[in-house]
Amino acid sequence: MHSTPSPATASAPALDGQGIRVEAATRRYGAVTAVEDLSLAVSPGEVVAVVGPSGCGKSTLLSLVCGLERPDAGTVAADPAALMPQRDLLLPWASALDNAALPLRLRGAGRREARAAAAPVLAEFGLAGFERARPGELSGGMRQRVAFLRTLLAGKPVLCLDEPFGALDAIARAEMQRWLADALAREPRTVLLVTHDVEEAVLLGDRVAVMSPRPGRVVADLRVDVPRPRVATDPAVVELRARALAALGGEAAA
Amino acid sequence: MIALLLVALLLGAWQLYAVHGPVDDLILPAPSEIATALWEDRALLWDNFLVTAQEVALGIVAALVVGFACATALHFWRPLRRATYPLLVASQAVPIVIVAPLLIVWLGFGMAPKVAIIALICFFPIVVTTLDGLGRVDRDTLRLLRTLDASRWAAFRFAEAPAALPAALSGAKIAVAVAVIGAVFAEYSGSSEGLGHLILQAIPQLETARAWAAVVVLAAFAVALFYALDLAQRRLLPWTTNERTS
Repeated sequence: MHSTPSPATASAPALDGQGIRVEAATRRYGAVTAVEDLSLAVSPGEVVAVVGPSGCGKSTLLSLVCGLERPDAGTVAADPAALMPQRDLLLPWASALDNAALPLRLRGAGRREARAAAAPVLAEFGLAGFERARPGELSGGMRQRVAFLRTLLAGKPVLCLDEPFGALDAIARAEMQRWLADALAREPRTVLLVTHDVEEAVLLGDRVAVMSPRPGRVVADLRVDVPRPRVATDPAVVELRARALAALGGEAAA
Repeated sequence: MIALLLVALLLGAWQLYAVHGPVDDLILPAPSEIATALWEDRALLWDNFLVTAQEVALGIVAALVVGFACATALHFWRPLRRATYPLLVASQAVPIVIVAPLLIVWLGFGMAPKVAIIALICFFPIVVTTLDGLGRVDRDTLRLLRTLDASRWAAFRFAEAPAALPAALSGAKIAVAVAVIGAVFAEYSGSSEGLGHLILQAIPQLETARAWAAVVVLAAFAVALFYALDLAQRRLLPWTTNERTS
């Protein structure tokens, strides 16, 4: 079912760019060095999960890739990227449909046109019937879905997901992980997924990049050669999880 | 329930004081006399009420439109904000009694100067709350919009303006009470109709109860306006109340 991706969005971008290429990037905020000498390459269409302790500069990495900030040293080159922030940041006055369609409107589409383009995407990704609901009326998981679809409809080849499920309870989280894996199978993108959950990283990533505490840099880069759909209890997943945790712990002890 | 009891208690005390106290009823009429005046002069009060109500309603709408526009301008251009904010505050300190005759010279005796005076009074709280609302938009939201290629104008239109709308209405709610006082002052300064005009005429005619009846109508109007704006806020901007309950 997931073997033949069929992009649902008319705005699905071509994945023939350069992906993401971060080389020896350093970013400081005053006296604090958030990331230092950080290098990471993501090929077009690849999903890389970034794990690391809190405050290790994961969000800074995303800001750099999205072009919101520039590195103080080193280079960051990436295809156009859309950010899904940690908090969903949905507009409280707008319906789920209008929130998801926001990037289309920001690019100049009329209200009707944007809604017509976004409605089938909402339906396809399990939000049929909730088009008119405001964020305040949606569950946490649904809000994250809308936020993700907003990112998707930006029509950019790169998606930067900043702890998208961090605020959800364990059950909603597991459900959303399956949902995201399915969504990315249908709508392949170059993805940088920041998380503090090693299991989530292994379940969703083609690779798992482990970052050191601040100043952050990549200390391990693990390839996840486990066929999808993956389950947390798969021995291969468990083993990779252990290796990633070891890499995290080893850095913490150093 | 308690509110009603409180009003009844106050009216009772007032009645006793006005009837048995040392103050002449030409200065302080008893609630019963005011009630009688309300009934007997109902046609007169109603006609003048319509004039004042129109002035106040137009004044508040004008203040909302101009205030929102001004707040937007000040929000977009920080230098302008720094330059004009002190002036704005200062303008609020100028007593309306001083400005009113000038406005009447400029705008004539009709509806226009009254609307202008009321708008002037309501303008300030609306600008302050709107500006606050515009500035209160999450910085992360604005960053997000930037990654979605939003122009400065688009960020205003899709995020800042809708966020500031409830704030503007809150400003208008604050302004309602002073708007009614402003209307009376405006009519004092030169008019031939309206509740302020009626009060101005009733007092030298020793029709104190009628003047007080006009005050009752004005107060009731202010209360009604306040709740009307509250209702508008709930109806037009339901997410502001949804958020609180969820």
